[in-house]
Amino acid sequence: MATGTTRVDGTEPLPVPGPTRPGAPSPRRRVRRRGERGPLASFGLHLTLLAAAFIALLPPLWLLVTSFKPKSETFSLSLVADFTLDNYDHVVNDTAFLTWFGNSVLIVLVTTVIGVLISSTTGYALSRFRFPGMRPLMWTLLITQMFPMAVLIVPLYNLMSRYGLLNQPVALIVTYLTIAVPFCAWMMKGFFDTIPVSIDESGRVDGLNPFGTFWRLIMPLAKPGLAVTGFYTFVTAWAEVAYATAFMTGEDNLTLAGGLQTFVNQHTQDWHLMTAAAVLIAVPATLVFGYAQRHLQSGLTAGATKS
Amino acid sequence: MADATHPVDTTPGGGTATAPPTPADAGDGRPGPRRTGRSLRQRLADYWYAWAMITPVVAVITVIIGYPLVRGVYLSLTDADEANVERTIGVNTIEATYDFVGLENYRDVLTDDVFWDRLGWTVLWTVACVGITFLVGLGLANMLNRVFRGRTLYRMALILPWAIPAFVSIFAWRMLFNERNGILNGVLDSGGVEGIAWLSDPTWAKVSVIAVNVWLGVPFMLIAMLGALQSIPAEQYEAAEMDGANAWQRFVNITLPGVRSVSMTVVLLSTIWTFNMFPVIFLLTRGGPAGSTDILVTEAFRLAFVNSPRDFAGSATWGVLILLLLVLFAIAYRRALRRQGEVW
Repeated sequence: MATGTTRVDGTEPLPVPGPTRPGAPSPRRRVRRRGERGPLASFGLHLTLLAAAFIALLPPLWLLVTSFKPKSETFSLSLVADFTLDNYDHVVNDTAFLTWFGNSVLIVLVTTVIGVLISSTTGYALSRFRFPGMRPLMWTLLITQMFPMAVLIVPLYNLMSRYGLLNQPVALIVTYLTIAVPFCAWMMKGFFDTIPVSIDESGRVDGLNPFGTFWRLIMPLAKPGLAVTGFYTFVTAWAEVAYATAFMTGEDNLTLAGGLQTFVNQHTQDWHLMTAAAVLIAVPATLVFGYAQRHLQSGLTAGATKS
Repeated sequence: MADATHPVDTTPGGGTATAPPTPADAGDGRPGPRRTGRSLRQRLADYWYAWAMITPVVAVITVIIGYPLVRGVYLSLTDADEANVERTIGVNTIEATYDFVGLENYRDVLTDDVFWDRLGWTVLWTVACVGITFLVGLGLANMLNRVFRGRTLYRMALILPWAIPAFVSIFAWRMLFNERNGILNGVLDSGGVEGIAWLSDPTWAKVSVIAVNVWLGVPFMLIAMLGALQSIPAEQYEAAEMDGANAWQRFVNITLPGVRSVSMTVVLLSTIWTFNMFPVIFLLTRGGPAGSTDILVTEAFRLAFVNSPRDFAGSATWGVLILLLLVLFAIAYRRALRRQGEVW
């Protein structure tokens, strides 16, 4: 029965899975096998990882715990103090939170869709063809990705101001596209690189032109890549602070990044409301992230290590 | 005719697109004298669909990045501020009245101690954040890169900071750091230690912002390094063990070389991100106390959008200088990589 359980987790059959049961070494074997640890090393490993996990989880957990406390108990050190949902009630019904949420969703969704759509053909061209202007374009994409917002924020602000677009969602959409387009094109190139060229060739043999090949053969295959790219764009735009703070003023125009700042600033100190709003912002983002995170590793290697 | 239609042979591990052109397509990817023999018409016939495919992105980049960039550079050469830029109020448009002042802004900024102070702190901040994040990420990745019970749980807990929007986590940290009531000082108090002015003492404020940025940055580093570690073939470790290498020797001689190329990429990326990291400092300390935690980008933002009157020209000047610094860094980094034989 012992062998049955050990085989399930993919390790070699051992009488006792050493790493997880320190202090119970197999009597038959004195030399540890490869990948096994002594009880002390195993203890240290778990202790370090537990400490790291604790640090990683503490701030968000404390946020969650605090959001259920009334205002007077916000800073108490106890885990539960007068459990209440008042903070959530107040945030949703008495502040413009839902408006901010709507603004954020609108701006970020439009940015993501436009960004992925217009970048995909470029990613494909960069992945499959050699053409004059390819190297300059690659460099442009790379350099614009490292553009600091500080260099574009003032001219963009003045342009938006000139055309009366400040406090309009379209101002932030255009601005976020400056981040999203170079990034998406670069990522998509990485994904198209992983699709075998033989598929293009078979399409060509069957009489498709390059656009047909791209649209009918490659795009359907690239759907996971499109999804990951879109997801990254979504997360980046969702968490953007500087442009959102500078371009959007007035309670009804804010996005979530701006709105959260209104709870705690020079004039107000509504920590209890801030925690409830923060939880409401973080939960959907975390769920989306949790769903997409299994693609993270492949996405990173496709996007980051290819050049 | 055929050059452009030949798809580049790309294999998952290859990334051949930036490799030196093979003889078949020599001269196509770069401007040069070799191309002069071919007419524009013929080149259009060869490349029109590649060019058509990149048109949307080229157009968008030109309009929303290129044009603002040029304007930003121009603004940095003027005395534009809140009072004299063109703006629309209701239906009235007020014309711009700012003047061209040449390099005056640059002279002012570069002769001012503030810029050099901020630059020094920005460099320290970037080096500290990237260095600590990288070491912690690599260490944790090494621990997670083995088979043991609870591995998935640890992994999920450790990447959670990445899943939460940064500005939300930063507010959570502000609450923990709260000087009078925060949980950190509460714990210190109950241990008999006097509370620390986390965000209002210049030195502790610097420590705090670095700590929060490391907290935010470790998950990315962890996932990237875990991917790199898993790509190292297990046979290499077996062979080393046969030869009697101990754990440390295996780490130095197999693991480190194995994660090198990924490390190069993620260190470059996170250096640029950290250098430009706006939200951590803006939301945690607002650059305070007294500007002691202001990095270059938050100072540029402050000049244009926090201070009154708004100094657009000054902010644009800082922006251009920041961009120049980053470009210099990227060039130096690329040189260093080339000298070590990396093809990038």
